[in-house]
Amino acid sequence: MSKELRLMKGNEAIAEAAIRCGVDGYFGYPITPQSEILEHLMAEKPYEKTGMVVLQAESEVASINMVYGGAATGKRVMTTSSSPGISLMQEGLSYIAGAELPALIVNVVRGGPGLGTIQPSQADYFQTTKGGGHGDYRLITLAPSSVQEMYDFVELGFELAFKYRNPVMILSDGVIGQVMEKVEVDDYKPRWTDEYIKQNFPWAAFGKLPTRNHNIITSLELDSSKQEQVNIRIQSKYKECEAKEVRYEEIMTQDAEYLFVAYGSSARICQKAIELARSEGIKVGLLRPITLWPFPSKALKALGQKMKGILSIEMSAGQMVEDVKLAVECRVPVEHYGRFGGIIPTPTEICEALKKVIAK
Amino acid sequence: MTREEIIKPENLVYRRTPVLTDATMHYCPGCGHGTVHRMIAEVIEEMGIQENTIGIAPVGCSVLAYNYFDVDFIEAAHGRAPAIATAIKRLKPDHFVFSYQGDGDLAAIGTGETIHTCNRGENITMIFVNNGIYGMTGGQMAPTTLEGMKTATSPYGRDREIMGNTLKITELLAQLPGTCYVTRQAVYSPATARKCKKAIRQAFEYQKLGKGVSFVEVVSNCNSGWKLQPVQANEWLVENMLPMFPLGDMKVPDKE
Repeated sequence: MSKELRLMKGNEAIAEAAIRCGVDGYFGYPITPQSEILEHLMAEKPYEKTGMVVLQAESEVASINMVYGGAATGKRVMTTSSSPGISLMQEGLSYIAGAELPALIVNVVRGGPGLGTIQPSQADYFQTTKGGGHGDYRLITLAPSSVQEMYDFVELGFELAFKYRNPVMILSDGVIGQVMEKVEVDDYKPRWTDEYIKQNFPWAAFGKLPTRNHNIITSLELDSSKQEQVNIRIQSKYKECEAKEVRYEEIMTQDAEYLFVAYGSSARICQKAIELARSEGIKVGLLRPITLWPFPSKALKALGQKMKGILSIEMSAGQMVEDVKLAVECRVPVEHYGRFGGIIPTPTEICEALKKVIAK
Repeated sequence: MTREEIIKPENLVYRRTPVLTDATMHYCPGCGHGTVHRMIAEVIEEMGIQENTIGIAPVGCSVLAYNYFDVDFIEAAHGRAPAIATAIKRLKPDHFVFSYQGDGDLAAIGTGETIHTCNRGENITMIFVNNGIYGMTGGQMAPTTLEGMKTATSPYGRDREIMGNTLKITELLAQLPGTCYVTRQAVYSPATARKCKKAIRQAFEYQKLGKGVSFVEVVSNCNSGWKLQPVQANEWLVENMLPMFPLGDMKVPDKE
């Protein structure tokens, strides 16, 4: 059976996927360049189609705490925002991770710091993968590089969030959010029933059952010895995640002597840069991390050993490049090339940067 | 008389509601929180809604409230309980949802969530315990601290020139179209406590109407923060808190 094809913006794909995969609730606050998500949801009236709740909150702080509340009851809930709004959510993200709740957050990144610009950027890598909120926690981070992946990662994000009871971030950017592409969409899936939630998520606070004590959702444990145990449990979960959930894509790496490492829209631009470089006889390939945390360190280490040099391409001043260097343990020359403040690098620029690496 | 002869249903004058757990409360002797907890728990028992009630605890003295109620409970970030309650009620409209918050939580850091939740008219109950001070962190000034009142961060008394005015947030919330029931109560005497429990019952009953937030402020004491004996604290409350925070209903739903 052939799937329905739609021409959509990345932001619209997020919204459409949420409705179609049976998300229970969306809570968000408008911010450029991702406001189409809430607009699309409101236009589609999912509360009539699937019973999905959509609410425009008074702030990103309220949005993320609404997500915390919904997630605490075992429902599939999400929010979306862009960089400054995501900064406001960091406290809530830390609480969600601390209380071990599943939730999906989408960041359609724009240039910073501060109010910055509404143009695309990838400068929130540190905030996302190193834990922007307080305490030892991680966000499972998916980096889509197409509108189709924006769509697909919503359901995948929830799958991972519930598997590990941890917040999942889709780290997109203004390019992928705004660009229009062809998307295969699924049929509408029903939302989980209350009975399903009761059976599968006995930890959730959906109302006390006569058969059990009250469920408490909290990130507070005043007894340090117990709090250490909580941290140990969370860390062991992260170890499992690092072992099982790494996702990446290799492009033209078979015969490559040089390697680009890039995610999201930068990875798309690198594919064009590879064409240009190869037309000049430079054998370059691309490793595209799909999960930014857990980072594909092992794959990069193995691949990196065969390379003469690695160039990390980001729309930032150089953030992921630190993880690239750690992965290859500095045994291969690693350089960074990036544009920032909302500027998107061109394939030609990237090729020139590669030539400088080769000349070194 | 033997123990068995005494413990009979007909001799029962008081029992702890099973909606409260066996956990020992951490509140200071004489604190109003324990009384308010018991009233809420009794109302939940009387209404038979233990299994479809979800509570939200704040940050502050009552941060551990979730340990004392035998209902499913969620501990909120400071001030965010109304946002959490909003989502839960929207996702589970057949459940009773209540937040339990202090003055710092509801009227300072969480003012945005409080006002917008009340203005949207979420069908939840909000219990607001106002003792005019930050008890948990050691007695600092709250938005509801009275003018001239000494706290750890207003050691010479609250000076409105420097520290601003006392916030009467409940009066403000009563103006919003999204609140259906707004009342101010106290628990310093048996008579006020009886009225307060009635108001809490009303608030939960009004949740069924689906007409918006039912809001109960309880003017309470903080012996430790006020540096007074429990009896003195209650006297101080009557003399000083009540003129600023007069008791009574501010808004009652229209009878239909």
